[in-house]
Amino acid sequence: MKTIHEFSVDSVRYLDDHGRPLGDLPPQAEDTERVLAAYRNMVLTRTFDSKAIALQRTGKCGTYPSVLGHEVTGTAIGQSMAQTDVFVPYYRDQATHIFRGVALSELLLYWGGDERGSAWQHCPQDLPIAVPIATQCCHAVGVAAAMRIRGEARAVVCCIGDGGTSKGDFTESINLAGAWHLPVVFMVVNNQWAISTPRSIQTGAETIAQKAIGAGLPGHIVDGNDYFATVETLDNALGRARAGKGGAVIEAVTYRLGDHTTADDATRYRSAEDLKQAWDKDGIKRLQNYLHGEGFWSPDRERELQAECKRTVDKAVAAYLATEAEPPTAMMDYLFETLPEALKPQRDRIADKYRGGAL
Amino acid sequence: MSGSDIRDVTLVEAVNMAIAWEMEHDENVVVLGEDIATNGGVFRATVGLKDRFGFKRVMDTPLAENLIAGTAIGMATQGLRPVAEFQFMGFIYSAMEQIVSHASRMRNRTRGRLSCPLVYRAPFGGGIHAPEHHSESTEALFAHIPGLRVVIPSSPQRAYGLLLAAIRNPDPVVFLEPKRIYRAVTQSVENNGEALPLDTCFTLREGSDVTLISWGASIMETLEAADALAEQGMSAEVIDLGTISPLDRETLLCSVTKTGRAVIVHEACRNGGVGAEVAASIAEGAYLELKAPVIRVTGYDTVMPYYRNEQAYLPQTDDIVEAAKRVIAL
Repeated sequence: MKTIHEFSVDSVRYLDDHGRPLGDLPPQAEDTERVLAAYRNMVLTRTFDSKAIALQRTGKCGTYPSVLGHEVTGTAIGQSMAQTDVFVPYYRDQATHIFRGVALSELLLYWGGDERGSAWQHCPQDLPIAVPIATQCCHAVGVAAAMRIRGEARAVVCCIGDGGTSKGDFTESINLAGAWHLPVVFMVVNNQWAISTPRSIQTGAETIAQKAIGAGLPGHIVDGNDYFATVETLDNALGRARAGKGGAVIEAVTYRLGDHTTADDATRYRSAEDLKQAWDKDGIKRLQNYLHGEGFWSPDRERELQAECKRTVDKAVAAYLATEAEPPTAMMDYLFETLPEALKPQRDRIADKYRGGAL
Repeated sequence: MSGSDIRDVTLVEAVNMAIAWEMEHDENVVVLGEDIATNGGVFRATVGLKDRFGFKRVMDTPLAENLIAGTAIGMATQGLRPVAEFQFMGFIYSAMEQIVSHASRMRNRTRGRLSCPLVYRAPFGGGIHAPEHHSESTEALFAHIPGLRVVIPSSPQRAYGLLLAAIRNPDPVVFLEPKRIYRAVTQSVENNGEALPLDTCFTLREGSDVTLISWGASIMETLEAADALAEQGMSAEVIDLGTISPLDRETLLCSVTKTGRAVIVHEACRNGGVGAEVAASIAEGAYLELKAPVIRVTGYDTVMPYYRNEQAYLPQTDDIVEAAKRVIAL
């Protein structure tokens, strides 16, 4: 008997739970402005998140999926991507959208029941939020194939949760990425929970990252609450992808600190003790401690940042709440480039019925 | 292209001609599917394309229909115009989520920021002694989905012209090819890049006593029925829907207003079939002109039988003649 293939999955971590460097940091740590920009995006995302939940609780927004616990991973994705790269999200990627320039008011419009929330003025090629689990993976390889056909030095990042990796779409897509040598990085945000189903029920594999091996891709694990580990691994993977060296799967290990959505109650299926332990590993606090420790941050700067983020979010909320619903006829106006004759009577009927505007 | 290029071709050859023309004239057109590149497709619809346009534009995919559908969507959002082949309609169902939840909605849900100018091709229908899962006609599943166009050719000329229109269309098109007539007849087709209109019925024969409405392979029996009726002194108008959805109700209503009678013929099951939508549209729009109830000649509401019994399932010319005579007698 001989061994045909052996595999390994590397795991990267630079900061301990308190934000102290475990050893030498990667080159990404030398660019302080970049690190501070990441920290700002994390704080802004968390401020936005808590406001969106409050809006839902007071009847001003629909069901909303909290991004609490994903801010570090999502920000690192945003930062590692070039604006010309394409982001293919699932539905808990607020940190990445915000970093890439999706307006906070657009995110609120989406979860507030308005299609214009996906019209994204500043990210014209990014795919919209994908609610059907894992379906976006197939789009990601299609976008990457288009880049490859045209010989472009661009890449795709596709985000998916740990639950999503159980679906065929994920397996089929990483398989194509390997077979066609596509410039796409799959970022599995393993937050331990698919609504109430723990990671252990999704797969018997020791790691999700090792699923990459079966597809002919490298698989990496990062501590998703460790900014340096996540951004370094992404920078490297995207650099390889843009250089025509193929894709990768990165499993970012984090924890969903909030409920699945505002319609969920996580106390039904997980203990307060588990949640407390996860909060002890919070990546935002960790980076803040690091910045303090290095002398890059101060309580005053933190207060200023918190106030600035609150102002930014309040402004977006005001813009969202001031946005009137589209006229009901809009439901027909974007179905096709040109409304087919056969549908015009239905549009006319809507226009007649709601002459005074939406109900 | 110089000079006229007129060829006698079968329906499947016309499909190949249309794809090749468009690939020649639009570098954004790419083709993907199972066995479509080196092998040229199991029905040879894409034969020769890889040699002519290269493997970067003519792509053999892994064997995963859901992946093919979704990959085409991603390509389309980048401005490519993918023509994706499903080997048989019977294998398209794992791709339904991509087609229903994404391809048909991308433009709407991004308010026009992204779109899906793609074609999903699939051979469909019975009558070629194929194995299980290779003979169904489930076009109604797609006709029910807002944002999709469902187009079905019934001759080589219409296959050529409608497929060109489908590829050029800025929105997703499900293009279903009646494989029973892939090679049933040849027709002279000019390879000139001229598309036929979508969303428009084709009146294949004018008549005054009854309107026979069909699409796909059943057009063959429907035309035979019209011949038989003519021999017996009855004049049948024959309309090919061409585009199943959205439906050109105007042409149908004009015809029925003239004839006062309609018989709808389709191979698919009766219950919830496209014929039901056609019948309801006629009832709503031409009620006062009708001299008889609208009736349907269709497949039965059962699983498509294996091939020993498939002819017993498929609507036959005599069935159509009998139905037409029944309504004309009223």
